[in-house]
Amino acid sequence: MAEPELLVAPNVIEYPFSRTTGPMIGAFMTALREGFIVGCTAADGRVIVPPVEYDPDTAEALTEVVEVGDAGVVASWSWVREPLDGHPLDRPFAFALITLDGADVPMLHAVDTGGDVAAMATGMRVRARWADEREGSILDIACFEPEGAR
Amino acid sequence: MSDIVLPDRLRDVAEPVRRIRTPARLDYVFMAGKATSRFLNAVAEKRLVGQRCPVCRKVYVPPRGVCPTDGVPTEEEIELPHVGTVTSFCVVNVQFYGQVMELPYVSALILLDGTDIPLMHLIQEVPADQVHMGMRVEAVWVPDEELGPTLESIKYFRPNGEPDADYETYKDNV
Ligand SMILES: [Zn+2]
Repeated sequence: MAEPELLVAPNVIEYPFSRTTGPMIGAFMTALREGFIVGCTAADGRVIVPPVEYDPDTAEALTEVVEVGDAGVVASWSWVREPLDGHPLDRPFAFALITLDGADVPMLHAVDTGGDVAAMATGMRVRARWADEREGSILDIACFEPEGAR
Repeated sequence: MSDIVLPDRLRDVAEPVRRIRTPARLDYVFMAGKATSRFLNAVAEKRLVGQRCPVCRKVYVPPRGVCPTDGVPTEEEIELPHVGTVTSFCVVNVQFYGQVMELPYVSALILLDGTDIPLMHLIQEVPADQVHMGMRVEAVWVPDEELGPTLESIKYFRPNGEPDADYETYKDNV
């Protein structure tokens, strides 16, 4: 058989899912919309952010939602040299685990250092940069940035 | 559900968030490969071609270039007729995101004559509640100037008036 002309086509598959939040993530999203961050108190007294409905160790239902700070310390990070569609920033940035003030467990978010990887360090302090319009989404925090950046 | 204790700042919020959007999107490039490219290029010429396995003799359409049972290349190309038998079908009554068809419509598995795997396509020109297994159908193509390397070159299949096929002829494909 003769070699065929190989066909190539763009393909997009898209599912417009939405989901109910439950009480804990609902409180977390509501707080983000109002411009602050909450976690919950675990059975052993640790503060977990974002809040979870059940204790990770004992599985008991957790009920106490507490406010934490919108600044904290980078516990770990990974540099994204070439951001992809759907990433929170369109220039190089870090995905980082950030232990917010008052929390005992780090939370994943993006850190913007203006594209400068040399400005990233474990242990550095960062603060949330809030989105101008907030709707109850993790992207209500546009990203975190080095504390004192502006 | 346990009673949640909220901090003061969350107690008086008028409309707490109860639902979030979590869309999923895959944006990628599909490479048809040699066998499926041959099939689609034939479709653009208003032809249907399958490929036969040299071991089990089954004819696959659209061909993927290999027999999934025997793991050997399927290099013998077979010109196929544009008629077949409905082996299974689904009447779609539910509106969903991205849908372009008017409800209700029928999506069916159609076993083209001389093939051993059914093809999924639409059945039209017959009320949805009259579509049935064994129904003989024929392809209705788009106008020649609209033909292209896509299964959308077949607008749909419609009953061709032949008596129903005997169950024995398609029982392995339901
Ligand atoms: Zn085979």
